[in-house]
Amino acid sequence: LGHGSGGQLSAELIGDVLVPALGSAAPAGALEDAAVVPIDGVDVVLSTDAYVVSPLFFPGGDIGALAVHGTVNDLAMRAALPVALAVAYVVEEGFPLADLRRVAASVGAAARAAGVPVVTGDTKVVGRGAADGLYVVTTGVGQRLAGAAPSATGAAPGDAVLLSGPIGSHGTTILSVREGLGFDADICSDTQPLHRLVAAMVDAGGDAVHALRDPTRGGIASALNEIAVTSGVGIEIDEQALPVPAPVQAACEILGLDPAHVANEGCLVAFVAAHRADAVLAAMRSRPEGRAAVNIGTVRDTEPGRVVVRTSVGSRRILDMLVGEQLPRIC
Amino acid sequence: MAVTPREAPAREVWSIRVRGTVQGVGFRPFVHRLASGLGLDGTVRNVDGDVVVEVAGPADTLAALVRALREQPPQHAVVAHVTVTRGGDAGALGAGFTVALSTSAATTRPGFAGLPVDLATCDDCIRELFDPADRRYRYPFVNCTACGPRATIVDALPYDRARTAMAGFALCAACAAEYADPTDRRFHAEPVACPACGPRLSWRPAGEASDPGATSEEALAAAVATIAAGGTVAVKGLGGYQLVCDATDTAAVHRLRTRKRRLRKPFAVMVVDTAAAGVLARISPAELRLLTGPARPIVLLATHPGAPTALASGVHPGTDRVGLFLPGTPLHHLLLRALARPLVVTSGNLSDEPIAIDDTDATARLAPVADGFLLHDRPIRARYDDSVVRVIGGRRFTVRRARGYAPDPLPLPVATDRSILAVGAQLKHTFTLARADRALVGPHGGSLDDADALAAFHATLGQLTRLHRFTPDVLAHDLHPGYLSTRYAAGQPPGLRRVPVQHHHAHVVSCAAENGVRGPFLGVAYDGLGLGADGTLWGGELLLASYTGFRRLGRFGTAPLPGGEAAVRRPARMALGYLLGGEFAVPAGPAAGFLGRMPSAERDTIARMVARGVNSPHTSSAGRLFDAMSSLLGICDDADYEGEAAVLLEAAAAASGGTEPLPWRLTEVDGLWVYDWSGTLTAALERARAGTPPSELAAGFHATIVAVTVALCVRAAEQTGVTAVCLSGGCMQNRILASRLLTELGTAGLTGHLNHDVPANDGGISYGQAVVAAATCDEGG
Ligand SMILES: [Fe+3]
Ligand SMILES: [Mg+2]
Ligand SMILES: [Zn+2]
Ligand SMILES: [Zn+2]
Repeated sequence: LGHGSGGQLSAELIGDVLVPALGSAAPAGALEDAAVVPIDGVDVVLSTDAYVVSPLFFPGGDIGALAVHGTVNDLAMRAALPVALAVAYVVEEGFPLADLRRVAASVGAAARAAGVPVVTGDTKVVGRGAADGLYVVTTGVGQRLAGAAPSATGAAPGDAVLLSGPIGSHGTTILSVREGLGFDADICSDTQPLHRLVAAMVDAGGDAVHALRDPTRGGIASALNEIAVTSGVGIEIDEQALPVPAPVQAACEILGLDPAHVANEGCLVAFVAAHRADAVLAAMRSRPEGRAAVNIGTVRDTEPGRVVVRTSVGSRRILDMLVGEQLPRIC
Repeated sequence: MAVTPREAPAREVWSIRVRGTVQGVGFRPFVHRLASGLGLDGTVRNVDGDVVVEVAGPADTLAALVRALREQPPQHAVVAHVTVTRGGDAGALGAGFTVALSTSAATTRPGFAGLPVDLATCDDCIRELFDPADRRYRYPFVNCTACGPRATIVDALPYDRARTAMAGFALCAACAAEYADPTDRRFHAEPVACPACGPRLSWRPAGEASDPGATSEEALAAAVATIAAGGTVAVKGLGGYQLVCDATDTAAVHRLRTRKRRLRKPFAVMVVDTAAAGVLARISPAELRLLTGPARPIVLLATHPGAPTALASGVHPGTDRVGLFLPGTPLHHLLLRALARPLVVTSGNLSDEPIAIDDTDATARLAPVADGFLLHDRPIRARYDDSVVRVIGGRRFTVRRARGYAPDPLPLPVATDRSILAVGAQLKHTFTLARADRALVGPHGGSLDDADALAAFHATLGQLTRLHRFTPDVLAHDLHPGYLSTRYAAGQPPGLRRVPVQHHHAHVVSCAAENGVRGPFLGVAYDGLGLGADGTLWGGELLLASYTGFRRLGRFGTAPLPGGEAAVRRPARMALGYLLGGEFAVPAGPAAGFLGRMPSAERDTIARMVARGVNSPHTSSAGRLFDAMSSLLGICDDADYEGEAAVLLEAAAAASGGTEPLPWRLTEVDGLWVYDWSGTLTAALERARAGTPPSELAAGFHATIVAVTVALCVRAAEQTGVTAVCLSGGCMQNRILASRLLTELGTAGLTGHLNHDVPANDGGISYGQAVVAAATCDEGG
């Protein structure tokens, strides 16, 4: 198994192995990070995620904050406000108690800040070597905001592609800390909850907000490709409009990474009907999480399933999902 | 009652089939003249790609006809095979000799016939072009059966005017008469045209609409004036738009470079004739033949050493090679004569995009680059960029196979009853269609990560499969899952048979196949990077191979690529990779100078990346070793274009000419012979520090790689008894390396082969894949 880096291969693992195994219990329709489950006419939104980040502590956050924000954000991408969370810890024997306290405190602080209770949970201690320190699994239940039903299938030709903030900080920070590369002096993770930003967007755009995605693993490239495929549309992005903080850009250059492939934990991409795009963008900018929001491109009916970046030279480069680890394609 | 006099020779009926390059080259009028002259009765017609002559007459006269067909074909015809079938109904042929309509029998012989390549303007047409008394005087579209556009104007087959971009131009009476007259040079010249009835030029200054009222002469004059004034003109050429400026004007060349964002990659230069070419470069007889041949490729030539050049310094910075070509269309003849100086003529595109062919698209895309557009109203149906060749070992070595060469089918050594589509690699992309005993390699298409190049791949594939009624049932592809060609194959219907082909196997098979090497052979594949059978990146490989499989016998020592593709763009990173994390260690002392020269932040981060394995995959690439050496010698730290570091290293070596190798050794790792480069790099660093000039060390490095390769091949030959060595991969474009390998393998009792028609770079991968697929399916495997 070499499916760790969140791109093409993970998608294949899900599509070829995990979902087929469910048979008739598989979800109907497109796969989303959160599912809408109607209960007695009420749209309940459900999401679950396992957090295995290494290192556990990093500038801008830790695994506990991430475990709250990630699940809150997955709910938010279906225009749902979080109602309750469940948190499970898998702890390796010998893991320092002080660190566990620190993570638990972080979970609490993040949940309070997001305004969502942690209503239940679980803890398992496993033998040495059976886990790498600490894993956290978070499940969230949310309630859908009235007026919008964004879905990964919803992007439509003509939509504006809006990005809520700068990209690349989280993944670069994690890599820098884990491998001791020293970039984390200038960069920190962007991890933050986005449900209030989404509420503001839905307020301004209503059902013109067609699709939302948080570009976590695989970066904005994976998020855009997933939407392009699921919605059956082409997406064209303007390279110069992509906000990449200068230290992130510098780090990516030296590491040979495309910032578009680097993970984020505190921004989202939105596909919004053109006539409401300016209003939604203004609403995003009125929130601190969306202060630096920008319009980065448009959805087209040509080249369905493909994401193309218009470069500063004026050529059109195909922006692909990562295929496993980055393998050079240059001969 | 008919009585045949006894004295009269017996009248026989022969059916003569001529195979080769016999269509679109004036073959039928030639047969008509010949047969009529001999007083024979019958017909000549095109049947698929062949010419068939049904003819009646005395046996010895018929034999004379066959001899003449073999021995005096028209200028651009190549007669490969003449088969004669005797017998038939003489009465059915009637009296006199006529040219019959083309027939298509695609069902009877499934090759790739009838789509001839474009041919440079012939001498007869050039005479008319500059003869004030001729009705086509200065007509930019003059052509005849011996020359003119072909593949670039075809809509459908068989090749007839009604199915070309000329269909919309109704022949005037004078042209119609020539077209219908079997004795005329323009008999069935499908693109025949004249000022009264044919295409016209128009001029569009950048940012303005074209002036439909202007004459061709006025349009040409405007373009000439713009170029003369230092501007760049986008010219609608045969297979796509070209950007043209004064090659002697430093400011003009600089401006074009700035606008095209192409810093140093050499520009091709068009010169008016061979004399003008001789002023700029040394030209061997073999090079002269290519330069003046009907394909009119860009020929990479050596400049005169030490002599001042008429070319602006920015045309081919840092190299002793210049790509020259001669005018191949009447329009280019007119431009060159009017301007009377060498012109930069480069593909009309931005960076890696495909060459523009559509007027609307070109005028939009090239607007930021061109000061004006020289347009005409004959549409370009298919994209054929200018071909690039060089001469190695006295023979043509194709670097980019496009206009004038593609889509001529190549032999497929193992005939197939399948229809094989080989989708190629990623850079310098081509695809190949194979069926029966023929492989049709599509024209050069650029880098597939460009959305327009990918679209052009789909368009060209669509066009050629439609023309040849080709429905693939086998897909051959690379192992690299990220190549957009592999992804294309993956996206095709699941019912198609798939043949994955390892990158370097495809390289060496491409060489073996076009050289007719049959049994097992030794394959030396030296290139940048390709995915190996073990999932790691290869590129300096010795294989024992056949058309169906291979075993890896040897390789170059590995080194990390710090930052993946970033290390390809910056050879200095690659050098750091070899010094800081290679398979073999270079002592700290000799390495200190280079390490000290690198920016400390970059060096320290890369050291950490290499140590921790962060985005630093290892490779056994030969191309990357050339890159690293180029940087270690201070020749090239950053590459502006693919292969620049190696190109400059070759240029440096050529300036020295030394042949003494640096230290090297072969060792054994996991059952493979491995080139340990640590001694080579160490000696180069030490000697550079001691004051040995980089050019001498560059020459020594080339000699080392030759010595290593010969030693590897000799060992392999001793072990396997195989003596044929097929040399392929992008590194073989290095003339010093390739030509010395041929010589020294010969001295060692082995037989070296290079690619000729098919590029040794990734442009040849699709052909290699097709051959492997044909052989694999043939085995029932
Ligand atoms: Fe290659
Ligand atoms: Mg998630
Ligand atoms: Zn001619
Ligand atoms: Zn005419």
